[in-house]
Amino acid sequence: MSDFATLADLTGEPDGWSETYGDETQPRMGFFTDTSICIGCKACEVACKEWNVIPEDGLVWTGESYDHTSTLGANSWRHVAFVEQRKPLRGEDGGGDALRWLMSSDVCKHCTHAACLDVCPTGSLFRTEYGTVVVQEDTCNGCGYCVPACPFGVIDKRHLPRPGSDPTGVRPQEDGRVWKCTLCYDRLKGGHEPACAKACPTKSIQFGEVDELRERADARLAKLQAEGWNGPQLYGRDPGDGVGGFGAFFLLLDEPEVYGLPPDPVVATKNLPEMWRTAAIAAGALVVGVLGAFVGGSR
Amino acid sequence: MSESITAVGSEMRSYYGRPILKEPVWQPEIPWYLFTGGLAGASSILGLAARATGNRPLAKAALYISMAGDAVSPALLVSDLGRPERFLNMFRVFKVTSPMSVGSWILGASGASTTVATGLELLDRAPRLKVVAETVSAALGAPLSVYTATLVSDTAIPVWHEARHELPFVFGASAAASAGAAAAAVVAPADAGPARRLAVGGVVAENAAMLAMEARLGMVGEPYHRGEAGRYNWIAKACTIAGGALLATSARRSRFAATAGSGLVLAGEAALRWSVFKAGFQSARDPRYVVEPQRRRRERPEQGS
Repeated sequence: MSDFATLADLTGEPDGWSETYGDETQPRMGFFTDTSICIGCKACEVACKEWNVIPEDGLVWTGESYDHTSTLGANSWRHVAFVEQRKPLRGEDGGGDALRWLMSSDVCKHCTHAACLDVCPTGSLFRTEYGTVVVQEDTCNGCGYCVPACPFGVIDKRHLPRPGSDPTGVRPQEDGRVWKCTLCYDRLKGGHEPACAKACPTKSIQFGEVDELRERADARLAKLQAEGWNGPQLYGRDPGDGVGGFGAFFLLLDEPEVYGLPPDPVVATKNLPEMWRTAAIAAGALVVGVLGAFVGGSR
Repeated sequence: MSESITAVGSEMRSYYGRPILKEPVWQPEIPWYLFTGGLAGASSILGLAARATGNRPLAKAALYISMAGDAVSPALLVSDLGRPERFLNMFRVFKVTSPMSVGSWILGASGASTTVATGLELLDRAPRLKVVAETVSAALGAPLSVYTATLVSDTAIPVWHEARHELPFVFGASAAASAGAAAAAVVAPADAGPARRLAVGGVVAENAAMLAMEARLGMVGEPYHRGEAGRYNWIAKACTIAGGALLATSARRSRFAATAGSGLVLAGEAALRWSVFKAGFQSARDPRYVVEPQRRRRERPEQGS
């Protein structure tokens, strides 16, 4: 945590959002997505689209199992991944015909140390009183810096289908701003759980206080390990990881990269103090270089 | 970093080979800005140094070049925004954690001071105030030239983030080469000595820093030898070295050599910015560049970066 402390000292920000909200501070809320009981129904994707009025952005048949959403983006804030494996669900010996079908509903991780929020030059990305990370769309000017900053490739600029590819002929204006999961900030304000968790029929998506969800995840992991499941692991539960832990973390049944997730994500701004020092040295070298050009005379 | 893919263990797995990161959404305005911002920044330092040593023609030319760069740069940046009418939101806050926020303020202040200095030069008025404005502009010149390297390094794109130790030197040297070449192209050869030396020194430093960067990056740096980034990298090396050689050998006597050499260096430095820009896209597109270094880091945490 010492690297983050350095950055906090540099910016004068308290380590954590809670001090800035005073009496309005809420417990940190998040998701625990237990993929071992996901059935791939995509109710979360649909509920999210409906509640948040997210535009359709093209229908593509991918041929990648049952996944035609493919990735999180400006117009997909939940994405159910489907992985078909020649591997038994439990134990090593499943014979030659073993098969397991992994499904996982991916979402914005609402990082403790969020790169998108750190690099946003307008302050549009902010941390709410629930500890979640949200874009204020009325101030976002579409600079796009958060897009390559996110180590998970979650946030993106909203592009809408070209007129030719839109059979209805109804095409909203190109938006130009960035969009991602808000953890249903509006629903939280009203005392409701996020739409995806509400719609999930198996409680694969669990919403709650992050501290409590972590305990629940630990218990679930211990149970699956005791039952001999293949490869269960918690992803993003550890507050000591490269982003300080996720507000929305997962129980996976294989390595993160199998689901299209980075195995060891690190927030880029962790190295920013060092980067500013390097830039200062390079700036000094540039001045010395220009002065050096006059050593041989002023003409 | 030089081990082959298989050294990690079994074959790397991914989700249908799809990218993990999002490609940047930046348009062609951005690599051009990397070029014009560096040109403006280094030119303002060159101009003040020329003023201080009594080389008026060089001081004047460098000031005008700096003004041109400071004028074009904001236009490019505003044009790249998804909501250009909201460009003033860049000045809602000042955030040290956002190199783009810091850079917006640097560019804004640099543009203002360079405009004052250029106006006074054109009107031939208030020489003292002009030197004050030129000094402010020159003081901001070096930060303006190198902060863009910090900006792209402060992302999750492996080929940019892992280059954070060298990229500010690459960009600073590229800015120096551009400023020297631009001034050497418009100033009479007799007065352009410092500009030529700056261009040649910048070319040498930029190519050296680039080679050091590629050596450190290892497999993460593959984009610099492939596809569009590879092509721009090759053009950059060929043009800067040919142009630098012309400036170093015959530009003192021949106006033609000065113009041709400067043109080659400027073209090469613009190609370099395009190479770095395109490398970021190629790096984001291939999940290998994300997964393999992170796997290695996870398996040998003590060597992580």
